[in-house]
Amino acid sequence: MIFYLFRRLLGFVVTLWVVITVAFLLTRTVKGGPFDMQREFPPEIKRNLFEKFHLDDPPLTQYVDYLSGVVLRFDLGPSLKMRDYTVNEIIAETLPRSAVLGTLALTIALVLGVGAGVISAVRRGGALDAFIMILATLGIALPNFMLAFLLIMLFTFQWSLLPAAGFGSWQHLILPALALGAPFAANIARLCRSGMLDVLGEDYIRTARAKGLRESHVVLIHALRGALLPVVSFLGPAAAGILTGSLVIEKIFAIPGMGDFFVTAALNRDHTLTMGIVIVYCVIVYVINVLVDLAYTLIDPRIEL
Amino acid sequence: MKGGREMPANGSQDPSVGPSANLEETGRRSSRATIGLLASTHPAALAGGLGCCLVLVMALTAPLLPLPNHLEGTMDEQYLAPSPVFREVAAAPSDAAGAGVGTRLRRALFGELELWNLMGTDGKGRDLCSRIVWGSRVSLTVAIVAALVSLVIGVLYGALAGFFGGLVDEALMRLVDVLYAVPFIFVVIYMVSILQEYDDSLRSRGISREVVLYVLIGAIYWLTMARVVRGQVLSLKKREFVCAAEAVGAGRLRIIVRHILPNTVGIVIVYLTLTIPRIMLFEAFLSFLGIGVEPPDVSWGLLASDACAVMTPVNVCWWLAFFPGAVLAVTLLCINLLGDGIRDLLDPRTSGRGE
Repeated sequence: MIFYLFRRLLGFVVTLWVVITVAFLLTRTVKGGPFDMQREFPPEIKRNLFEKFHLDDPPLTQYVDYLSGVVLRFDLGPSLKMRDYTVNEIIAETLPRSAVLGTLALTIALVLGVGAGVISAVRRGGALDAFIMILATLGIALPNFMLAFLLIMLFTFQWSLLPAAGFGSWQHLILPALALGAPFAANIARLCRSGMLDVLGEDYIRTARAKGLRESHVVLIHALRGALLPVVSFLGPAAAGILTGSLVIEKIFAIPGMGDFFVTAALNRDHTLTMGIVIVYCVIVYVINVLVDLAYTLIDPRIEL
Repeated sequence: MKGGREMPANGSQDPSVGPSANLEETGRRSSRATIGLLASTHPAALAGGLGCCLVLVMALTAPLLPLPNHLEGTMDEQYLAPSPVFREVAAAPSDAAGAGVGTRLRRALFGELELWNLMGTDGKGRDLCSRIVWGSRVSLTVAIVAALVSLVIGVLYGALAGFFGGLVDEALMRLVDVLYAVPFIFVVIYMVSILQEYDDSLRSRGISREVVLYVLIGAIYWLTMARVVRGQVLSLKKREFVCAAEAVGAGRLRIIVRHILPNTVGIVIVYLTLTIPRIMLFEAFLSFLGIGVEPPDVSWGLLASDACAVMTPVNVCWWLAFFPGAVLAVTLLCINLLGDGIRDLLDPRTSGRGE
C-alpha cells in the first residue's frame, strides 16, 4: 500500500517534470514574446518588463528558476498579461469556483447516472428502460455547449426560472452543473445498467432472494455494490472530462473559474498562467486517479494494490 | 502487485479478453451472413451503419448536390426561417468560364435548379443546409484522419509491447499508465495556441492548421487503442499459427505484420468506431473555443458554436442551432450504435443479453 502510493508519487513527479519541460521549451522557442503588441513599447519600458520577468536570463537559468520555484515554493511565477497578479493568486481565486461547479456536476452525474442505470436494469426491456437508454445515448452524442444552450433557452428565456449567466448564488450553479454533468450521467447510466445486468445473474443474488430479502434490499445493497465497479473506474476519466467541459461551460455561463481563465490565457499567450493552470490540472487528475484506484479496494476486497 | 496495477484500467471490463475467442469464427462468416445476423439481432446497429453510409455519401457528393453556394450569401437574405423552394441558380460570372468537373456533372444532373433555404439562412445570408453538407466534409475528415493517426500509433505501440513482452512490455505500458494521467486536452489547447504563432512558417512548408489538428488530436487518442491491441496480441502470440510461422522461419516483423496484426482487426474496428465520435465532439469543442477549424472552412462544430454566438432572446433563429446540433447528434448516434453492435457481435459474453 505504502509502496504503491510511493510508486504513484514517483510516476507523478516524472509526468509533471516532462509536462513542465515540454511546455517550457515550447514557450521559450516561440518567436514574438507576450509583449509584442500593435504599439511598440519604448525601449526602457521593454527593458524593465524583461527584467521583471527575467526574460533576459539565459534559458537554462530561467528553466531552473521556474522549476525550483514550482517545486520548492509552489510558486508558479507572475502572470505575464494580468498586471500585478501572480499565477498563484489567480489560481487561488478561481480554483474554488471551478471546484464547486465540478463537484456539483460530478455529484449530479453520479446520482442521475446510477439512479437511471439501476431503474433501467431492473425494468429491463420495458418502455422506461428504452426511454432512459435513448436519452443516455443522446446525452453522449450531443456536444455540451449545445446542451447548455438548450437549458438556457428553456429555463431562462422560456420559463424565466433560473439566471442565464453569472456567479454568486446557488441558482447560478444549477444550469452549468447540469450541462456539465449530463453527458457523464449518460455514460454512467449505461455502465451502471450493464454492470447491474451482469451482477443480477450471479448466484449470490439468487441466494439473497432465496433468503427472502426484499427486492429493494437485494438490488440496492447486494447488487449495486458489485455493479458500481465499472462506474468507479469511469470516475477518473469523468473527472478529467468534467475539467475539460468546464472550459466551455464556464465560458457560456460567464463563470469566472479556472477554465475560463485558462482559455483566455491560452489565447492571449499568457504563458506562465497557462502553464500554471496546466500543472494544477495535472495534479487534480492525478490525485483523482489515485483516489479512484484506492476506492477499488474498498468496493472489491479481492483487488490488491 | 502487477495485477493490482492493471486492474483499475482494464480489469472489470477488459475488452481484449472476450472477443479473441470468437474472432476467427466471425471472420469466416460471409459478409452477407454477417449483415443478415446483424439485421436480426441488432437492428439498431444496422440502422446506425446505414446512417453512417448516408452521411459519408452526402460528404462525398457535396459538389454534385443542387445546393446554393455555401461561402457567399446576400445581406438581404440573412436570418431567413426555413421555407424550402427550388429556384434558378444565380448565375455567377466566373462559373461559366472555368466550370470544374463537379459543376458540369451537377448541371447535367439537376440543370440550373437549386434547393434554397431548406434549413434557413445564417447571419450572412448563406444557406444553412448547404453549409451543413459542406461542413460534413471537414468534420468527417478531421474525425477519420485523426482516428487513423491514433490507430497507427496505438496499433504499432500495442503490438510491439504485446509481442516482445517482458521488460519492453513493462516499460511501454508503464509509459501509457503515466500518459493516461496527463490531461492532454489542456496540453493540446496550449500547443495549438502556441502553434498559432508558427502559422506562417508552417504554411510555407505546406502544413496547414488542419493537419496540425489531425496529428495532435490523433496523438492523444491512441492510449486505449494501444492497451486493447496489446491485450489481443498477448493472447494471439501463444496460438499455434504463430508457432507454426516461427517454425517455418518467418522473421519477427513478418510474424507481427502478416500473422498477428490481421487478427486484431475486429477489435481495432470496434475501438475506431468508439473513438471517432469522441474526436468529432472534440473538434466541435475546439471550434467552440475558437482554436479549431477556421473560417472560411466550415465544420459542424463551427456551425453550432456560431449559432450559440448569435442567438439572443430577441433574435431566436432556432434553426441555426437546431440543424447543426441535430445532424451532429444523429451522426454520432449512428456511429455509436454501429460500434456497439459490432462489439456485441464480436463478444460472445454479451450476445445473450438482449439489448
